[in-house]
Amino acid sequence: MNLNAIAIANIKRRKAKAAFVLTGLLLAVATVVALLGLRQAVSFNMIHQLEQYGANIVILPQSDSLALSYGGISLGGVSFDVRKIHEEELQQVYTIPYRQNIAALGPVVLGVVSANDHDVLLTGLDFETTPVLKPWWRIHGATPSHEDQVLLGAEAARLLGLASGDTLRIENSDLIVSGVLEPSGSQDDQLIFTPLPAAQRILGKEGQISMAEVAALCHGCPIDEMVAHIAMALPNTQVMAIQQVVESRMQAMDHFETFAYGVCGVVIVVSGLMVLVSMMGNVRERAAEIGVFRAIGYRRRHVMRIIFLEAGILALVGGALGYALGQVVMRLTLPLFTIGDAQAMHHHGGHGDPLLPVLAVGLSVAVGLVASVYPALMASRMDPNEALRAI
Amino acid sequence: MSDIIASGLTKQYGQGSLAVTALDNVELRISSGEFVAVMGQSGSGKSTLLSILGALNTPSSGTLTVDELDIYSLNQDQRADFRREYLGFVFQSFHLLPYLNVLENVMIPLAVIAGSRRNKEEKALAALAEVGLDRKANRLPSEISGGEQERVAIARAVVNDPPILLADEPTGNLDSRTGAEVMDLIGRLNDKGRTIVMVTHSEENARHAGRILRLADGRFVDV
Ligand SMILES: Nc1ncnc2c1ncn2[C@@H]1O[C@H](COP(=O)(O)OP(=O)(O)OP(=O)(O)O)[C@@H](O)[C@H]1O
Ligand SMILES: [Mg+2]
Repeated sequence: MNLNAIAIANIKRRKAKAAFVLTGLLLAVATVVALLGLRQAVSFNMIHQLEQYGANIVILPQSDSLALSYGGISLGGVSFDVRKIHEEELQQVYTIPYRQNIAALGPVVLGVVSANDHDVLLTGLDFETTPVLKPWWRIHGATPSHEDQVLLGAEAARLLGLASGDTLRIENSDLIVSGVLEPSGSQDDQLIFTPLPAAQRILGKEGQISMAEVAALCHGCPIDEMVAHIAMALPNTQVMAIQQVVESRMQAMDHFETFAYGVCGVVIVVSGLMVLVSMMGNVRERAAEIGVFRAIGYRRRHVMRIIFLEAGILALVGGALGYALGQVVMRLTLPLFTIGDAQAMHHHGGHGDPLLPVLAVGLSVAVGLVASVYPALMASRMDPNEALRAI
Repeated sequence: MSDIIASGLTKQYGQGSLAVTALDNVELRISSGEFVAVMGQSGSGKSTLLSILGALNTPSSGTLTVDELDIYSLNQDQRADFRREYLGFVFQSFHLLPYLNVLENVMIPLAVIAGSRRNKEEKALAALAEVGLDRKANRLPSEISGGEQERVAIARAVVNDPPILLADEPTGNLDSRTGAEVMDLIGRLNDKGRTIVMVTHSEENARHAGRILRLADGRFVDV
């Protein structure tokens, strides 16, 4: 027989009231666990989604003229040859502090060529980076694997009247069409693509590039800082973020996060109040009993310990059950918040953090104990003489 | 020696014109092993005196010395320790905890002291045997009679083997036969050397005591 036994016996006697405290904490922990789990899953989902957007930073040669284009429709006038970027210079990008956030770095060389008597924009790319930089590409056929192969945009293929396997004469070289892009509505439809070295050779721009695309994609990526760092690493260039997509996505994420934290805060406060009110009632009801404890020779802190033990035990159980309930709720609601493979997202929710169950129970115990400080103090300050007279 | 020496004890409740003097400059000396009965009309200050002797109620003036300890100069924790080591309380309305069984109720004073579970259980069972209830150790208070509940309360008061027992109308809620049994029990506890201070309304109960103190309006009166 110790103070624990007294606390546990009292919890058992006052089952309904104990259940009230326990449920309050359970619901709070469940909400927090579910929301934080969802937040995590949604954030992973969003990164996954962002990866579908390809490049989000472009590196251009410094130019003194303004681009004469609107909504992707170029009205001409931009010279890609004002200043050049050297291919080897580009490796400087990998010296920036956030280099581990760079998913892909793709050099691009551009130039107008005459192909089968049409003027077209020839684009030289590193096709190893295109799955990341141009994830929307759907190709009939294959990407070029040799320098004598060419990939055509849908519109270019139609104009030139070519399909996979046909031969295209560009300037003085004969290239074989390895594949044709499905129409995407983007400028890619108008272009023809070859491996970077082939385009450089055809355009007479060996070792040079016209621009580069960077995919820096992660939740909370400091895109602006990365842009600044890249600009510093490549002094003669102009580095720009393709902001809108990333920012609006991140903003949605931030909104969800704010919402989640707000709800968590409210729920924690409410559950704390539930504990406070219930424990106050508990203490008032037990005035005579507390008087007996004090008359028998319990110190104030012994009385406080009984109150804290009761709250702590309920909070422990409530926290554990709340964690379990939160996991279940998260699993059930996850598909509502994520697009695509919700199943795969499960692995990123809650479970990702082995500390979460510990934190959940810790949170519950912390709320339970903090909310019991005042009731416990009140209990310890009760005048035993008054308490015993009252009965 | 756990002699109880009270000097100039005064207790006033309330302030100003509403003030009630429950005890008025009381002098009292109770030797170790004595059995004292305190009698007097309702409102004469009996419970006030007992609660002051029990280190539960700070007097407005005067001192209480037990075993050379000046009780009301001690801090709250020290007073609690004093009560645990020196005193056993028996209340008129028993004050057993309804959610603990008889054995656990007797063990309450032991819950805050060191010792093995076995040792504490043995002590509690011995105290229950002293009041003849060791066979009902596993019952809840609601499952035993009022007289038995009072005996459990007495077992709880003596489980720590305190030298002083303070009882406020211990038979007040009992019929005369069970009341007499409880009085026999208290008498036996006194025979074993415990000091007993008992408030009672019953002349018959008071006859068990070696000395009877009569209070009227907060003062002792000579008979
Ligand atoms: N906490 C208190 N606050 C105010 N007045 C009190 C308090 N306790 C006791 N009194 C008053 O002090 C006086 C003595 O009370 P006390 O309880 O000591 O009497 P008693 O002799 O025990 O009476 P009873 O036989 O009815 O138990 C009474 O007038 C009572 O109203
Ligand atoms: Mg009284």
